[in-house]
Amino acid sequence: MAAQNFKHALFCAVITLVISYPILGLNLVAEGTSVGLEGATTGTVINVFLAAVAVFLFQLFRDNIMGIFGKVPNLNPLPKRGPVSQERRMLMERVFFVAIILFALLWPFIVSRGAVDLATLVLIYIMLALGLNVVVGLAGLLDLGYVAFYAVGAYTFALLSQYFGVSFWLALPIGALLAALFGFVLGFPVLRLRGDYLAIVTLGFGEIIRILLNNWTSLTGGPNGIGGIPDPTLFGMEFGRRVKEEGNVSFHETFGIAYSGEHKVIFLYLIALVLAIFTLLVIRRFMRMPVGRAWEALREDEIAARSLGLSRTAVKLSAFTIGAFFAGFAGTVFASKQGFISPESFVFLESAIILAIVVLGGMGSQVGVILAAIAVTILPELAREFSEYRMLIFGAAMVLMMVWRPQGLLPMRRIQIELKEQG
Amino acid sequence: MQDLLYFFQQLINGLTIGSTYALIAIGYTMVYGIIGMINFAHGEIYMIGAYTALIAITGLASFGVAWLPLILIVALICAMLVSSSMGWAVERVAYRPVRGRHRLIPLISAIGMSIFLQNYVHLAQGSRNIGFPALIEGGFQFGSSEGFQMSLSYMQITIFVTTLVCMTVLSLFISRSRTGRACRAVSQDLGMANLLGIDTNRIISATFVIGAALAAVAGLLLGMYYGSVDPLFGFIAGLKAFTAAVLGGIGSIPGAMLGGLILGVAESMTSGYLSGEYKDVISFSLLILILLFKPTGLLGKPEVEKI
Repeated sequence: MAAQNFKHALFCAVITLVISYPILGLNLVAEGTSVGLEGATTGTVINVFLAAVAVFLFQLFRDNIMGIFGKVPNLNPLPKRGPVSQERRMLMERVFFVAIILFALLWPFIVSRGAVDLATLVLIYIMLALGLNVVVGLAGLLDLGYVAFYAVGAYTFALLSQYFGVSFWLALPIGALLAALFGFVLGFPVLRLRGDYLAIVTLGFGEIIRILLNNWTSLTGGPNGIGGIPDPTLFGMEFGRRVKEEGNVSFHETFGIAYSGEHKVIFLYLIALVLAIFTLLVIRRFMRMPVGRAWEALREDEIAARSLGLSRTAVKLSAFTIGAFFAGFAGTVFASKQGFISPESFVFLESAIILAIVVLGGMGSQVGVILAAIAVTILPELAREFSEYRMLIFGAAMVLMMVWRPQGLLPMRRIQIELKEQG
Repeated sequence: MQDLLYFFQQLINGLTIGSTYALIAIGYTMVYGIIGMINFAHGEIYMIGAYTALIAITGLASFGVAWLPLILIVALICAMLVSSSMGWAVERVAYRPVRGRHRLIPLISAIGMSIFLQNYVHLAQGSRNIGFPALIEGGFQFGSSEGFQMSLSYMQITIFVTTLVCMTVLSLFISRSRTGRACRAVSQDLGMANLLGIDTNRIISATFVIGAALAAVAGLLLGMYYGSVDPLFGFIAGLKAFTAAVLGGIGSIPGAMLGGLILGVAESMTSGYLSGEYKDVISFSLLILILLFKPTGLLGKPEVEKI
C-alpha cells in the first residue's frame, strides 16, 4: 500500500510540474515581429517546485490528512444544535432584509461619491443575480447566455433614447418587457432540450446577440457603442447643471440648493435600490406562488412533476421569461448609469460572473445570492492588487464549491408547513 | 470557371478548418459518450496545447535547431504531453469528485475550470496575442494568373495529412486495442463494465487523456494556420468543436469527424459568399437548429429516457 501510495504521489507531483512549469516558468515575449522565450523569475520557478512538493506530500499522506479532516466536524462547538425552526428562520431573514435595506438607504449619505457609484453597480448585480437565480437556482435551467437579456435591456434604452428621445422611465418597462419577449421567443423552442444542451444553446444565443451588436454598425454603432444616454429624471426634473430638454427644470434650481454632481449619483443609486427591492419582493412572491413551487418540482424530478400534470414548457418558460425580464431591468439601469454602452460590456465573462454569484451564494437562496453579489463586486475593489486574479479565483471557487458544497454558502431552505397533532 | 475555382477555394479552406474542429470534437464526444457530461474546459486544453507548442518551437529556435521535422515533432510531443497531463489533472480535480451528482453540478464545475484555465494562461503569458511563426510556407497555385487563383498551401496539406493519421490511429486504437475495447464497453454501460472487472476510473482518465492529446494536435496545427495564439483562443474553437460534435451526433466518433467537416465547410462558405463577420452566427444558428430538429445529430443514437 505504501509503495503504491508513493508511486501515485510521485506521479501526481510530476504531472503538477508538467502542467505548471512550461506555462508559468517560460514566458513568451514578442520581440518585434518574432517571438522570444524568457525564463520566469526565480521566485516563480521555486513556487512551481514547492507546489509539486506540496502535491507530493499531500498525496503521500492523503489518508492521514483526510482522516484529520474527517474529525473536523467533531470540533463543531454546537454539534447537537437542531435546525433553526421555520418561524425563527423567517424572522431572521426578514430582519436581515430590513437591516440591509435600512443600511442601503443610509449608505449614500455617509460615504463618498465613488462608493455610491460602486454600490449602484452592486445593486445592478443583485438584480441580475436574483433574476438568474430564478432560472438556475429555482427552475434548474442552466442559462449561460443571460447577459444577452441584459444587453437587450441596455440597448433598448440606448436606442430608444437616441432615435426617439424616450426617457428612462418609459424605457425601463419597455426594455424589461422586450428582454422578456426575447426570453420567451428563445425559450419556446429551446426549453424542450435537456439541461446541458440548454446551457450550450443559451451560450450560443448570447454570442449571437453580441456579434450582432458588434456588426450591425448602422443601428448599434458596432464596437464604438452608443453614448449620450440620458440620465433619469425625477418628475421632469433633471440632474445636470443645465437643462438639456425643453420644458424640463433642473433639480437644484427647483429646490433652491447649490448644484452638486453628487445628486445625480445618489438619485441613480436610489432608483437602483428601489428596483432591486422590487425585484426581490416580486421574486419572493413568485417563489411562494404555485408557479414557484412548480419550478422547484420540475427541477427536482421532471418525470414525477409531469406525471402530476405540470406542463413542462409552460413552467420552464415562465421561469425563463421572468429571469429575462429582470435582466432587462438591470440593463436599463446599467445603460443609464454608464451613459455609454458597447458590446464589450456584454461578453460571456459577464454571464459567468453572474452565474458564479448565484452558485457561490447558494442556488435558490435569496439571502445567499445578495451576499454573494455584494462580496463578488466589492472584494476586487478592496483588494486592488488582487483584482487581476479575480477571475482565476472565481473559476477555482466555482470548482471547489461544486466539489465540497454544491448547495452554496447559504443554501436555500424550502418553506414547509407542519401539521399539528390534534388533541 | 472563375466561380468554380472560387467555390473550390472555399471548400478547401472549409475542410482544413473543419478537420481541426473534428480533432477537438473527438474529445467532447468521447467524454460525453462515457460519462454524459460536457467537458467545458476542453477548449482551454486545446489552447494550452497551442501555447505549449509555441513555447517548444521558440525554445528550439533559441537553441539554434533549424531542421523543420524535428521542430514539429518535438513541439507536437511537448504539446500532447502537457495537454494530456492537464486533461488528466482536470478530470481528477474537478470532475471525478462530482461524478454521478445532479447534471448541473459537473457542468458548473467544468465552467469554473474553463474560467480558471483561461486566466491561468492569461496571468502567466499575458493577454496579448502572440505571433506563431509560419514554419510551413508556400503551396500550389491553380488557375490563370489574371483571374482568381486557387491556392492549396503546404500547411493545409499538412493539416489534412496529420488529421487523417490521427483519425486512423484513433479508429484502430478504439476498435483493436484492449483499452479501446474497454472504452467502448464503458460507453455502452458503465455500471456493467465495472461489474465485469474493467477499471472504469482508469478508462475515464484515458478518455480525457486521448481527447486532450488530439486537442493539442489541433492546437499546434491551428496555431500555425492562424498565425497567432491568445488566451481566449480556445473558447470559440471549443464552442465550434462542440457544435461539430452535436452536429454529428454526440457520443459517436465518426459523427464528430463528419460534423467537424460539415461545420468547417458551412463556415467558410458563409465567409466566402456572405460575410466573414457572420460566420460565428451561422455556426451557432446551425447548432440551435440541429438541437431543435435532430437532437441526436446525424450519426447519433437516440437516447431513451428511462424512468
